[in-house]
Amino acid sequence: MSLANSRRPSLAAPGSKRGEQRSNFELYSWLFMRISGIVLVFLVLGHLFIMNILDGGVQRINFAFVAGRWASPFWQIWDLTMLWLAMLHGTNGLRTIINDYAERDQTRFWMKMLLYVSSGFIILLGTLVLFTFDPNIG
Amino acid sequence: MAIAPVGTLYRGREGMWSWVAHRITGISVFFFLYVHVMDTALVRVSPEAYDLVIATYKTPIVALLEVGLVGAVLYHALNGLRIIAVDFWAQGPRYQRQMLWGIVGLWLLVMVPGAYFMMMHTAEALFGSTP
Ligand code: HEM
Repeated sequence: MSLANSRRPSLAAPGSKRGEQRSNFELYSWLFMRISGIVLVFLVLGHLFIMNILDGGVQRINFAFVAGRWASPFWQIWDLTMLWLAMLHGTNGLRTIINDYAERDQTRFWMKMLLYVSSGFIILLGTLVLFTFDPNIG
Repeated sequence: MAIAPVGTLYRGREGMWSWVAHRITGISVFFFLYVHVMDTALVRVSPEAYDLVIATYKTPIVALLEVGLVGAVLYHALNGLRIIAVDFWAQGPRYQRQMLWGIVGLWLLVMVPGAYFMMMHTAEALFGSTP
């Protein structure tokens, strides 16, 4: 796999001593993209269908609509799972893309740092909103 | 490595373009997700702040962009399932091209009525109920 699809970080320089410390990270990441993808088919396409096509579509969405949905644990768990899976899937996908195109070690490192920090922020923000939502805030 | 074919870097054809489209849709949807989590977070500020920002989603031009978003997610999802089939199904690599045309057909089959309903909701909000 690493030969056919070599990503730069897994290409050890000739004679480097890091050759011994191999991990299965890229294999698990590859598997995660596929498993999360299958789950996201239902969560994301279901979400888009409900929000954009069913009933009045996006035209009917407002604060009261959100409050009504999040009154149910079913939609809370749906949205929380979707948030985490989509963010981890997308972040991991972007990690691959950065590895593909950023050639300098420094560039690659800092682009991935920026990616992880901003994704961490978004996951935290979304999770916090779901857990602390208050329908009577107004 | 074999000698590169004259005039082109990649073998190209459907396989390459389906990959290019998968990558572009993946990136676009991911960046939209950043924005979308942030606009939804406004429910923690006030109902007014949330409703104000959501109102932009209801304008005709943004509604058109939403059709594009749904189309991008749908392509990425269907092609993702095709990639999974190529990886795990023994006959997957042999039928990868047929599967691509299959998902393109399915995409059209969903997007035509999908886009119609989405634009219908927008038109009804603009001009009042239509038949
Ligand atoms: C709806 C169901 C989805 C399915 C079935 C799916 C499936 C896949 C698969 C199989 C891959 C390829 C991974 C690889 O080649 O190793 C992939 C890549 C990717 N996905 Fe998804 N995905 C879905 C949703 C999403 C969503 C919602 C996002 C955005 C948040 C996203 C962003 C990405 C990105 C950025 C990549 C990397 C593309 C690349 O490496 O060229 N995907 N997806």
